[in-house]
Amino acid sequence: MIWGSAQEFFHMGGYGLYVWGSYAVTAVLMLVEPWLAARRRRRAAQRAQETAEMAEMGHS
Amino acid sequence: MTRRIHWFTFASPSRFYWLSGKLLPWLWASAAVLTAIGLYIGFFVAPTDATQGESYRIIFIHVPAAWLSMIVYVAMAFWAAMGWMLNARMASMMARALAPTGALFTFIALWTGAFWGKPTWGAWWVWDARLTSELILLFLYLGYIALVEAIDDVRRADKAGALVAIVGAINVPIIYFSVRWWNTLHQGATISMTAAPKMASIMLTAMLLMTFAFWAYAFAVVFVRARAIVLEREADTAWVQEMWLQGKEAAR
Repeated sequence: MIWGSAQEFFHMGGYGLYVWGSYAVTAVLMLVEPWLAARRRRRAAQRAQETAEMAEMGHS
Repeated sequence: MTRRIHWFTFASPSRFYWLSGKLLPWLWASAAVLTAIGLYIGFFVAPTDATQGESYRIIFIHVPAAWLSMIVYVAMAFWAAMGWMLNARMASMMARALAPTGALFTFIALWTGAFWGKPTWGAWWVWDARLTSELILLFLYLGYIALVEAIDDVRRADKAGALVAIVGAINVPIIYFSVRWWNTLHQGATISMTAAPKMASIMLTAMLLMTFAFWAYAFAVVFVRARAIVLEREADTAWVQEMWLQGKEAAR
């Protein structure tokens, strides 16, 4: 085991700010991007469904 | 008689929508599992670096993000060119779907680079060939997005975007070879086809696992965005309307 304690792990040999500053921002961005993309698809799906229902009503 | 396979049918938006829907759960699962294993090896198995201490652990996201930032650009330029030359709808949509993800990877490469440069070189940023050309890549992505979003006519926007994407592609080899062509603070290529890797194999394992994780993530998020673009553009086509009226996609 490399780390003696959780504190040592977070301290990262004095590089905690740099290592966690890199990982935290990357993690946030890579969680937000899929969320935004999924929201965009969901909204497009809603609009497509509305269009389809309108078209069907127009035909009948 | 062998049956001819109609490869171009896979290039149709309806086929893409169906196929990507099948692949997405596997891509997300791969991204999650590979990230978990990669980070475990990177933080709990790989030892402290002899010269850089623990700061080197930024490499496990820095290098994969930098690689993907270039690969996604090449893919974007390729699909934009295909869309332009063959007038293929799906190819142009794919180019647009790739751009935000490429920009994100470029930003991550620059951000993690700054957080690695500060303790290693003593500066968050230097106007060095590698860093500057990567910054230009970010501007190319942002310029492409701004341009295609600014033009209302979709087909014209795709063509204008393709031109920018193709011309900008010249920057990718410049980024890649910048560490060889110019004197630079940035270290040389981590992996080379012709030489043995310059890093310990356990560190390399973690970095490659994270690279595969980023690949899977990129495919997944780009597919989701491409599906959104397909629905936005093809909402009034017969196949989309049929899909909804049959309730195939309603639950998802």
